[in-house]
Amino acid sequence: MTQNPETAPLNPAEGTDLDALDQGTYTRLRTARNEARLELDGTWHQISPRYVVSQIVQNVIFIVVVVVAAVVLNIFMEQDWVWIPAGAILLFTVIALIILPRQARAIGYMLRADDIVFRKGILWQRMIAVPYGRMQLVDITQGPLDRAFGISQLKMVTAAATTGVQIPGLTQAASEALRDTLIEVAETRRTGL
Amino acid sequence: MSEQQFPAAPNAPAPTQVGDPSTTLADGEWHRMHPLTPLFKGGLVLIIVAGVLIANMRDRIITWLVTLFTPEEVHYSDYAGRDPVDWVFENNLILLVLLGVLGLVVVLVLVFWMLWRFHQFRITGDHVEVRKGIVFRSHRRAPLDRVQGVNLTRPFPARIIGLAKLEVVGAGNDANVDLEYLATTRAESVRADILRLASGARAARHAALNPQAPTTGADAAAVPASTRAQLRGSVNEGVTSLIAGVDLADVAPESVVKIPTGRLIGSQLISGLLWLFFFGVIFAIALGSTIIGLVADGDTGGGVVLLGIGLAMGIPMVIAVVGITWAQISKSLRYSIAPTPDGVRITYGLLTTVTETLPPGRIFAVEVSQSLLWRPFGWWTIKINRMSGKSAAAQQSGNAQQFNVVLPVGKRADVERVLGLVLPDVPAASIPFLWEQGIVGPAEGDPFRRMPRRAGWRRPLSWKRHGYAIADFGLLLRRGFVWRKLAVFPLARLQGVSLSQGPIDRAQRVSGAQVHTAPGPITGYLSGLERADALALLGDVSRAAAEAASRDTSHRWSEHTGAAPSAPASPPAPAVPPPTYTNLPAPSGPPVALPAPPVTPPPAPPVAPPPAPPVAPPAPPTYAPPPVPPVAPPAPPVAPPGPPVAPSAPPVAPPAPPATNGE
Repeated sequence: MTQNPETAPLNPAEGTDLDALDQGTYTRLRTARNEARLELDGTWHQISPRYVVSQIVQNVIFIVVVVVAAVVLNIFMEQDWVWIPAGAILLFTVIALIILPRQARAIGYMLRADDIVFRKGILWQRMIAVPYGRMQLVDITQGPLDRAFGISQLKMVTAAATTGVQIPGLTQAASEALRDTLIEVAETRRTGL
Repeated sequence: MSEQQFPAAPNAPAPTQVGDPSTTLADGEWHRMHPLTPLFKGGLVLIIVAGVLIANMRDRIITWLVTLFTPEEVHYSDYAGRDPVDWVFENNLILLVLLGVLGLVVVLVLVFWMLWRFHQFRITGDHVEVRKGIVFRSHRRAPLDRVQGVNLTRPFPARIIGLAKLEVVGAGNDANVDLEYLATTRAESVRADILRLASGARAARHAALNPQAPTTGADAAAVPASTRAQLRGSVNEGVTSLIAGVDLADVAPESVVKIPTGRLIGSQLISGLLWLFFFGVIFAIALGSTIIGLVADGDTGGGVVLLGIGLAMGIPMVIAVVGITWAQISKSLRYSIAPTPDGVRITYGLLTTVTETLPPGRIFAVEVSQSLLWRPFGWWTIKINRMSGKSAAAQQSGNAQQFNVVLPVGKRADVERVLGLVLPDVPAASIPFLWEQGIVGPAEGDPFRRMPRRAGWRRPLSWKRHGYAIADFGLLLRRGFVWRKLAVFPLARLQGVSLSQGPIDRAQRVSGAQVHTAPGPITGYLSGLERADALALLGDVSRAAAEAASRDTSHRWSEHTGAAPSAPASPPAPAVPPPTYTNLPAPSGPPVALPAPPVTPPPAPPVAPPPAPPVAPPAPPTYAPPPVPPVAPPAPPVAPPGPPVAPSAPPVAPPAPPATNGE
């Protein structure tokens, strides 16, 4: 984690062990090639590749369930039309599966002096900055498969309904380090709301 | 105190015995609501049901009387059959039924009484609490320094009896604490207490605990001896205020804006015209398509059909327009807005009166707007975003929408005055600037970063206006050409900024931006910003927001006004008045400090690690009322030039030159 004086540093005294954020993650951020893309100076932390594996497994399970359900309906109840909705669902799931690895490489977050910036998307790029003092709560969630792969999702809630930052695919250690850091920093910069 | 006021329930063991009737209710003890509360919270329905029953029974009673005295004349029994009343008569169960009815009434009264007994509230120095319920108990406690406002609503039926509902607004979904209902005078004193305690003026707490507090003199004087007298008194007051307007005892301050009734009605009628036009278009389309259909069919007798459709659609539409317009007018009548030490007080409503108090620093966004039809008259309206604390469903209702309007209609002078109230951080010298550049549109030397011409097709009319500027008090978004709007987002309460860029945006080297803030009528979306401008927005706003937040003390807004003799240095509230903004040009001339490009001056770098020295003696008492002085006066606060500045400012690493992102 290089320390760019302009953007990166949280004061080390404030944060806990931030090294955990960069262990076992992607190392190169995937962005659009066009020069006009949104770009910030500083180091992006990325998510774990295990997120992709976990998502693929989940999607495959989903596909299997859909196919089984459709086959059952088709054979035992002689409903041919089920292939239309099932086909549409399968199509979208497969497309999502194909772009998933690219998407996962485009997810990143950056801890700056006053805020945390979260980015995602390649074609449709989104970047959101939330000042530390505005965080109302930080939430870590973990599904059963996520637990098997040792990853979790971190969600930040502010007073605005629309802010909703969710960072998926953090390693267990990273999510806890990040949560502790965020809460610690938020505590020192808190205002009424 | 509740016991002194309502001797009607003498056997109710007093939760506390407070000696003096002139104490405030904010004494940390449990108090009860007005005894008529259950009546207005559902009991009214019961009375209506009883009324319907009695009306139905009237014939029956008359018949019965007639039968009693001249049995030969009546022959009702011949054809009365399936009616339960007859069945009762026939089986001589009258006594039993009467007893049953009596029992029911007794049970209901008992239930009401129990509900009332178990519905209590308490105001301590830090919290307001309400507990209620018998089987399902609920106990709600809200911290006072997170209070987003206090609303005193007097719904029409309750208003006649002189009752009011006090709503302590919290932040979040369904986070309000309702005290319903209280006698109006008591509600007012409770409101004053809550606001005083919330403001952090500790002296007020002592005053509240002190029975001889002068603030409640009016309240004490108004407490009559018996419940009956009290009831009569409150009914009298209710009716008087209904006729005379809102004359709340503690509304001392004069409204800063007077809206002539004619203007108010006129403005709403014009808006109504818009509705009429809207419905008219629908009407015309429906009628036109019918006529086409008739002609195509070669139907000759279509006149009746047309008339039928016209009436069936037209009448409801006219009724709807009249209804909407009337609702708007009656809500906005008797509008007044005035500054109080505890925030801005807004009162409105013809039949149902609402008085809101917005403490400083609870406003998340302000927008001045003007529709095309209002332009010839020079009328404007001002809306705000705030935490309403209502559930999501309740936020959609018309009443909740009304809570967001702080100026229903006003001319330029009114707008400037109201802006000064709701945005106390804006230096007075900046307001003309806000007007010339922001509200009315781009003028010479426009400091706004606008949508470039190549992206203009996104907003074909308003692209020249569409843009943002960062001032030291807030982020300004200027939008709209037909419907001119200027939104101000105070930096200290900004919740975040996001950018989004799709492939077309990227091809044009632009980006969309969204400012996140508390939900409300004001959205913060800008499209087609120059890429560099958008990135600068992302960088600067967070920095400016963090700085603004660090000098923001509004969650305890009068802790620094010198009223606090022993302000306990509560950790989150930096006890040092606004940090020194020495390198900001003081707002002296009209070309205000505003445009100063987003280079937000870094606070004097607190190189000394913040050991938070127990801040030098309590805030200098030289501090004048303005809760949050927008621009630090150069001299006083800097007095101890050393460490005391530290605790508030984030220990930022060396203040690097900003605004070089991405290029």
